[in-house]
Amino acid sequence: MAFEIPKIKYTGKIREVTIGIPPNEVTIGGESCYPFYLFEGDMPYKPRVAFEVWDHEPQEWQSWAVEPFADVIHSPSAWAKKCVESYGAEIIALQLKSADPNGMNRDVEEVVSVVKDVINSVNVPVIVWGTANDEKDTALLRRVAEVCEGKNVAIGPVTEKNYKQIGAMAIGYNQVVLASTPIDVNLAKQLNILLGNLGVKDDKLAVDPTTGGLGYGLEYTYSVIERDRMAALTQEDVKLQYPIVCNLANEVWKTKETKVTKEEDPKMGDEKKRAILMEGVTAMTLLIAGADIVIMRHPDSVALVKEMIKELTA
Amino acid sequence: MALSGIQIFKLLPKTNCGECKFPTCLAFAMALAAAKAELDACPYISDEAREQLSDASAPPIRQLSIGSGDYEVKIGGETVMFRHEKTFFNKPGLAILITDTMDTVEVENRFLKLKLFQYERVGLTLKAEMVALKYTGNKENFINLVKKGCGEPYSLILMAEDASVMREALEVAKGKKPLIYAATTENCDAYGALAKEYSCPLAVKGQGLEGVSVLTEKLSAMGLKDLVIDTSTRTLKEAFQEQIIIRRAALVNKYKPFGYPTIVFPSDMADDLMKETMIASCFIPKYAGIVVMSNFEGESLFPLLLQRLNIYTDPQRPMTTQQGIYPINNPDENSPVLVTCNFSLTYFIVSGEIENSRVPSWLLVMDTEGLSVMTAWAAGKFVGDVVGPFIKKSGITDKIKHRKVIIPGYAAAILGDLEEELPGWEILIGPREAAHIPSFLRGLV
Repeated sequence: MAFEIPKIKYTGKIREVTIGIPPNEVTIGGESCYPFYLFEGDMPYKPRVAFEVWDHEPQEWQSWAVEPFADVIHSPSAWAKKCVESYGAEIIALQLKSADPNGMNRDVEEVVSVVKDVINSVNVPVIVWGTANDEKDTALLRRVAEVCEGKNVAIGPVTEKNYKQIGAMAIGYNQVVLASTPIDVNLAKQLNILLGNLGVKDDKLAVDPTTGGLGYGLEYTYSVIERDRMAALTQEDVKLQYPIVCNLANEVWKTKETKVTKEEDPKMGDEKKRAILMEGVTAMTLLIAGADIVIMRHPDSVALVKEMIKELTA
Repeated sequence: MALSGIQIFKLLPKTNCGECKFPTCLAFAMALAAAKAELDACPYISDEAREQLSDASAPPIRQLSIGSGDYEVKIGGETVMFRHEKTFFNKPGLAILITDTMDTVEVENRFLKLKLFQYERVGLTLKAEMVALKYTGNKENFINLVKKGCGEPYSLILMAEDASVMREALEVAKGKKPLIYAATTENCDAYGALAKEYSCPLAVKGQGLEGVSVLTEKLSAMGLKDLVIDTSTRTLKEAFQEQIIIRRAALVNKYKPFGYPTIVFPSDMADDLMKETMIASCFIPKYAGIVVMSNFEGESLFPLLLQRLNIYTDPQRPMTTQQGIYPINNPDENSPVLVTCNFSLTYFIVSGEIENSRVPSWLLVMDTEGLSVMTAWAAGKFVGDVVGPFIKKSGITDKIKHRKVIIPGYAAAILGDLEEELPGWEILIGPREAAHIPSFLRGLV
C-alpha cells in the first residue's frame, strides 16, 4: 500500500502585520500551517530575529555579552546602528530598562529622548519595549507612540491595565500594538478582543505571550503558543490569529547558568558558547512553537538561529 | 482504534469461568478496555479473537527500551502530537558517537564525558544515557569498543551494516540489550534474524518514508516488534517534516508501519558542534526517540538537557522543589530570611534573583503541593496558620539571631494572621515580582 502523507486541513490563517516603513519594512505572520510544516501549508514571511538594544549602558551583563558591543554599549543609538551595520539586524528592539521604577526609574522625557535618538539613527523597523510596570508604561509608551509618529513602530507590552491609554495613542499615531498577557490563551484572546473593540486594526496587532527562558518556564510559553496556533489555524478562532513576539534575550541572559564560568564549574563547559547556545535553543524552541519574532542579544546566537530558519524554510 | 468493553466482551468465550481472576467475562472485558488487565489472563480465548484484540489494544507507537539500569532508555509509547493535549512520556535518549577510528585517549575521553556532564536539578539528575559505537571498517577496534562499552553503564547503539561484524558485536554485548543499527533493504533478512536471535531492538534505515514503511512491514511480518525508524534523511527541513509526518501517521491515521520511535543524526548534519546542537534542539520537541551527537561538551549538552527537561515535563503536574532551608550567597546569623512556595518555577526564579542580588540570604521553601504563591494562598495552603508553624518548625531559628521574615508580595494578605502565629517576629512584605527582589534585598542592607 503506497503511503500517503496525512495532511491537516487548516481553516484559519495568521494575519499579516507590517512594522517599519519602506523600503526596510518587515512583514510577519501570514502562516497557513503550523511552524515549518511546509508540506501542508505556507509561511509566506519567514520568522524574524530582532536585536535588542538597551536604553542605557547595562551594569550587570556578562563580559561575553558585552564584548560584541563594547565600543558602542554606552550609546543606545550607536549600539543600534552597529547591530544593523555590523550584524545585519533586520529589526531593533529597544528595551526601556532605565525607566523601570524598581531600577533606575529615569524620567519619562529623558527616556523618550533616547527613543528619538535610536529611531532616527537606524532605518530598520523598531520595537519599543517598556518596563512591564503598567503605570510607568502608560505614561512612557503614550509618549513613545507620539514621538515615533510616521515610523510604524511596535509598542509593548500593552496589558489589560493600560491598553486603553496606550492603545488609543497607538491608533492615533498609527503604531503597532504588542498585546501582553501572562501565559494564558484565554487572557490573550480577551485582550485582543478589547484592543479590537478599542479600534486597533487587525493588521496593527501582535501578541506577547510572556516568555520564559530555557530552564525557567520555557515549557509554559511553548505550550501556550502551540495552543494559540492550534486555535488560530484549526479552530477558526479569529481573535488569536495574530503574529507572536517573544522577548527572550534577558530571560536567558539573567540566569545563573549563563553567568557561571567554566573555571567555577568545569562540567558546564565554556561560558560564552554555553550562553550563546542557551539563547539559541530558547529561540529555536519558541520558533518551533510558533513565534514570528524572537528578540535576542548575542550576534552569534542570532546567526545560528537565522541559519536554522533558513534551512527549515529552504 | 481502542475497542469498548462491550466490543471486547463479544470476542470473549462468555463462560464466566473466573480463571482470569475477574468474576465474569464482562468484568474482564471492562478491565481490558481500561487497560487494567492483560489479554493473556484468559486461557480460553480463540486465536482469531486474540489477533483482533491485540491489534486493537496495541498502542499506536510502540514503546521499547534499550539497555538497563540507571541508563536504560525507554522510547516510543507517545499518544499525542502536542504536549498540552496530555504529556510527552518518554524523553529522547541522547547519544555520543564513538568510532573505530578514534584512538584510545579519545575513546576514554568520550566515555568520561558521559560521567562528568551530569547536572542536578529539581531532585533529578540530567544526563545523557547512550553511546553509539560505529564500525567503519576496523573490526578489531570496533569489537574492542563494544567490549569497553559493555564495561560501562551506558546504553549502547551498535552501528555496523555488515551482518558478520554485527553478530560478533552482539555476541559480546548481548547482555546489554543494545540497539542494533541498522536493517537496510540489502541486509534486512539477516538483521531481522539477528535481532530475533539476540532479542534486541532493531533500527531500520530506509530510504525516506516509503523505504522505511517497506522495511518495517517486512520485519513486522517476521515477528519483530521493537523497531526504531531512521529515514536516512540528513537535511534539516526534510528530516524535521518527516518526524511530524511519522508521528501523525502513527497517531492519527493508525498507520502501523510508522508506529515506532525514531532515531535522528544531527552528528551527520553539521560541521560544528554549535550548529549541530541547534539542529538537535529542533528534534527534541519534534519528535525524535534518539538523538545521536558527534560529540558532547558541557556547553552543548547542558542546554539540550534543559530543553528536554522542559518539553518532557508533564503539563498536568507541576514540578516541585523539596521543602526546606536553602542558603544562598553564604548567609550568616544576620542574613535576611525569605519564605516562598515549592512550585519549582517559583523556586528557580526566586533563588536566581536572590543570587543575582548577591545579598547573603536564607530562602525557606514551604510545601504547597507545587502550587504557586497566589494559587496556594487562594487554596488555603499559603496562609498564616500554615506558614507560621512551618517557619517555627523549619529550624531556621537555629541559624539566625534576628526574628524577621520576608513574605511574597502576592501573599501580603496573610500578614495579620502570620503576626499572630509568630509573636515577636517582624513580618516584612516583599515585592510581588521576583525581578524586584534584588533591589528589595539591597534596600534592606
